Amino acid sequence: MRPLTEEETKTMFEKLSKYIGENIKLLVDRPDGTYCFRLHQDRVFYMSEKILKLATNFSRDKLISVGTCFGKFTKTKKFRLHITALDFLAPYAKFKVWVKPGAEQSFLYGNHVLKSGLGRITENTMQYQGVVVYSMADVPLGFGVAAKSTQECRRVDPMSIVVFHQADVGEFIRSEETLT
Amino acid sequence: MAACSVEELLAKAEQEEAEKLKSISVEKELDLEFDVGNLLACDKNRIESRDFRERGKEDFLRSLARDNTQLLINEIWKLPTERNEEVLVAKLPEQTTRLPREKPPPKPRPPTRWEQFAKLKGIQKKKKTNLVWDETRVAKNEFNRLKNIARAMKIKTPGVGLLPKAQQSKDELLKAVSVAKTSTASVGRFQDSLPKEKPPKNSGKKRKFDPLIGDFSSEKQKQLELLQVMGNKTPKLDLTKAVNTQMREEDREEAAARRRKGRKMPGKGGKGKGGKAGGGKGGKGKGGKAGGGKRRGKPGKQ
Repeated sequence: MRPLTEEETKTMFEKLSKYIGENIKLLVDRPDGTYCFRLHQDRVFYMSEKILKLATNFSRDKLISVGTCFGKFTKTKKFRLHITALDFLAPYAKFKVWVKPGAEQSFLYGNHVLKSGLGRITENTMQYQGVVVYSMADVPLGFGVAAKSTQECRRVDPMSIVVFHQADVGEFIRSEETLT
Repeated sequence: MAACSVEELLAKAEQEEAEKLKSISVEKELDLEFDVGNLLACDKNRIESRDFRERGKEDFLRSLARDNTQLLINEIWKLPTERNEEVLVAKLPEQTTRLPREKPPPKPRPPTRWEQFAKLKGIQKKKKTNLVWDETRVAKNEFNRLKNIARAMKIKTPGVGLLPKAQQSKDELLKAVSVAKTSTASVGRFQDSLPKEKPPKNSGKKRKFDPLIGDFSSEKQKQLELLQVMGNKTPKLDLTKAVNTQMREEDREEAAARRRKGRKMPGKGGKGKGGKAGGGKGGKGKGGKAGGGKRRGKPGKQ
């Protein structure tokens, strides 16, 4: 485990800012204690200082997870968010998409959101903007990337993709063994 | 009487003693043949059948065996001995009698399929060595040997530099450049670099990370500064965004206009514009919509 380098921090913040914009500040500077990002086995973990100090008791080959896993760095040094980060993305999300109850299951099985399943969408969403997907009951289901801007969404046919799927809470079951 | 008895007793005791401790020297007509390596002695003397019959079979055989064993032991005592852990040990010579093996000889392994085939075709296995005399390797070994000596004596050795080679790769050439540059009296300090010259790779700078548990506040400060810089980036003119804003504004205007019309229509039926268009109520509505459609299309084309 080690702190992120400047470069890694930048890569990660750039990815995070696609979903929560400048709200990252609220993650870095928290009134309820010191929280930090740490890299462990190419994964970025977000944890409090207290937990970090406890975790130092374990050797690195025995430590699987600590705090919340935000995502991982690929071999090409890109950052990929994991579904476990949803708890921190959802409250600060700037752009949201609500899916109709009928399309919920399809999304949770890893499919893209179609126009027919689109309930609501944040006004002024840009194309390729990172969005957090909610059910109509305001339960966060996952996140993805807007395939169409809000304006275009009104015009496209019902079978076209509106949000590209990136991660959904169904992964907690589907890829249980790889999530940390 | 008493004296006699004493003499008799003494004689008897002597005889008994002699019987008990028999002489170590045994007389034989023919010498025995010994194979001390196998602890074997062969007695080739004739056995008198009279003795055999008179003294009894068991006794005769026992005394014969005892005599011959004595001879064998005498022979062993002639060998050089040594003391090993409080015990005298004689070193036995090589055995001369060849003994047959206990188990029958193993059966030959049935030939494998390949061996059968090789025999049929007359293929014979040729042994060839993979070892090749390599001048470079020899030089390198010598160099390593010297380096080892230097390390053992704790003397600092210079780097290898470059070994001569027929064909140098790009990496090796790059290395050669950097080696040549630093091979001046000032270790390359006053050496000009070529235009577009790249800095040497792997020049010994190691990556270094912050401590795991260090200064949390400075870490936070750094991250906040980074966020500040990221937020300060001048936004690029985003064409799609501009178009979308335009479209949305038009949509809103249109919607507002329609709402206005919708409110007014039931009451009056269009003041100026509606009248000029000269249509009925329905026509007016349709015309308005069509117009809206056209307008909507324009920004996209642009």
